[in-house]
Amino acid sequence: MTGVSAADWAVRYGGTTRDIYRRTLAELAAADRRIFCLDSDMGGLEDGFQAALPDQYVDLGIAEANMMGVAAGLAAAGKVPFVNTMAGFASARALEQVKLDIAYHRLPVRIVVTHAGLSAGHYGPTHQSCEDVAIMRTIPNMTVVVPADTFETERAIRAAVDWPGPIYVRLGRGPTPLVHEAERDFRIGRAVPLRTGDDVAIVATGPLPVTMALAAHRELAERGVGAAVLDLHTIKPLDVEALLAVAVGRSGVVTVEDHSAIGGTGAAVAEALAEHAPARVLRVGVPDRFCPDVGPHEYLLERSGVTVERVVEAALRLLS
Amino acid sequence: MSGAGAPVAAPLVTDSAELARIALRVRDHVLTAGASPVGAHVGGALSAADILTALFFGVMRLRPDQPDWEGRDRFVLSKGHVSSALYGCLAERGYLPVEELATYARPGSRLAGHPLPGVPGVEFGTGALGHGLALGVGLALAAQRDGLPNRTFVLLGDGELQEGSVWESAMAAGHLGLERLTAIVDRNGLQISGRTEERLALEPVADRWAAFGWETVRVDGHDLVGLLDALGPTGGGRPRAVIATTVKGKGVAFLEDRKKSHYVTLGPDLHQRARRQLLARRATAS
Repeated sequence: MTGVSAADWAVRYGGTTRDIYRRTLAELAAADRRIFCLDSDMGGLEDGFQAALPDQYVDLGIAEANMMGVAAGLAAAGKVPFVNTMAGFASARALEQVKLDIAYHRLPVRIVVTHAGLSAGHYGPTHQSCEDVAIMRTIPNMTVVVPADTFETERAIRAAVDWPGPIYVRLGRGPTPLVHEAERDFRIGRAVPLRTGDDVAIVATGPLPVTMALAAHRELAERGVGAAVLDLHTIKPLDVEALLAVAVGRSGVVTVEDHSAIGGTGAAVAEALAEHAPARVLRVGVPDRFCPDVGPHEYLLERSGVTVERVVEAALRLLS
Repeated sequence: MSGAGAPVAAPLVTDSAELARIALRVRDHVLTAGASPVGAHVGGALSAADILTALFFGVMRLRPDQPDWEGRDRFVLSKGHVSSALYGCLAERGYLPVEELATYARPGSRLAGHPLPGVPGVEFGTGALGHGLALGVGLALAAQRDGLPNRTFVLLGDGELQEGSVWESAMAAGHLGLERLTAIVDRNGLQISGRTEERLALEPVADRWAAFGWETVRVDGHDLVGLLDALGPTGGGRPRAVIATTVKGKGVAFLEDRKKSHYVTLGPDLHQRARRQLLARRATAS
């Protein structure tokens, strides 16, 4: 490193959330012996974290279910384990261990996953994960955070260290744009209002969807439509207050996510609004299917109908 | 084992006759659970009763009056379905009131068919098979990295070894050289559907553990003195697997080595018959 702290990097660097996560974790762990880095052959952690802090690193091999149980045992003994795997493996292959060993005991295991949504791109559906938010948010005691950029990733990881109970932090694979150009308050469970607008609301989760929501805001403004934009980085616990603040008094809500339209942000928003302030909710998310072909992340989102155009269209439909 | 000035663990019982008396009471508690309206996993609880008694009374450093004592040895009941034997042991050891055992599996009870977290003396809620060894690896790894002497024990069923996750954990423990971790296999040879060797064979079971980097010890799982020895101090940079040969339903003649003993609901008459057989066996043994 070049004397630049992880926090500085988060502000300046529009690279991958995985990079900033790893830098932040190494920095935090160097100052906190409770922090453990559990690896499942993710690649790169051996040159970074293990080389710097071998006593706080454990390679458990390509065996995710065991890694989750080991993390629970370490946490029960007072450690703060950060578990490293891909979204699809944490939420499917190792799910029973996540549910019973970690969440059932409300142990402070930090499950940090990469390759979420369609970010695995050309790897195909074996490495993509469009169901994990739906799965994780139904598990009692679990917190689910999807940072929108490197800044939010750095803050989320920092906040995760002493967050009570288990937490699932969902990251992508490739570089994504910086959403936040300056420092701002970040708290797990507190959605971030990014733009104001009186006609409709756009609620977005994750790097590319939040970027799309901001672009849709600009396009709608050009057509004279005011769209409030909410960056919903925490799906659980849901910031109902912030949601009501953007939804109430407007024509409806458009949700955008890099996840199945079933069970993710769109569902969480619809559930909350149905209960507190019934409103129309149009969900822009990945359709209920496995991607039939491959390509870059952006291409797959477009193929799935998760685009700026769809968000704009949906917003206009709410107004018609 | 206790360091100078360190808080002292509760005294251990090494007298075999006394251990046998305790194990008998634990078995009687298992039958109480079996006599609950919903029954219990009696067969495996009876096969594990001596192992649990040896651990909780003769081996583990514990402070029953302070269940969360940091210096304690850890125990994980991976075969969580024999919770009735664990509760019996915990009650005899002073973690639970003996009278509470009568609430087993009844509405509102914390003594569930699989142990709930939060019950004094229960380190983890278990029951889904194939989870306990990974938890034990985590506990043992934390102690290893902190240079602490705490030992970790995990009791597995033999049928449970069919779960692939067990072998992920076995591989990790061997690789990490967790010498203070001991896995005990309750080798009663039966699972719900029949003989393990006919359903999905496990032999050569000791060789399998050895191949994963474990020291292996075979013991008669009903020989309390032999168990104390097999569960004694470890070392040499390898975790230890104790293959305890047992009899499902041990102590009650009409349940012994019977497939049907796996899950039993004992009506009042059967409960009394089981108790008579248990006590008669003890009379001939001592």
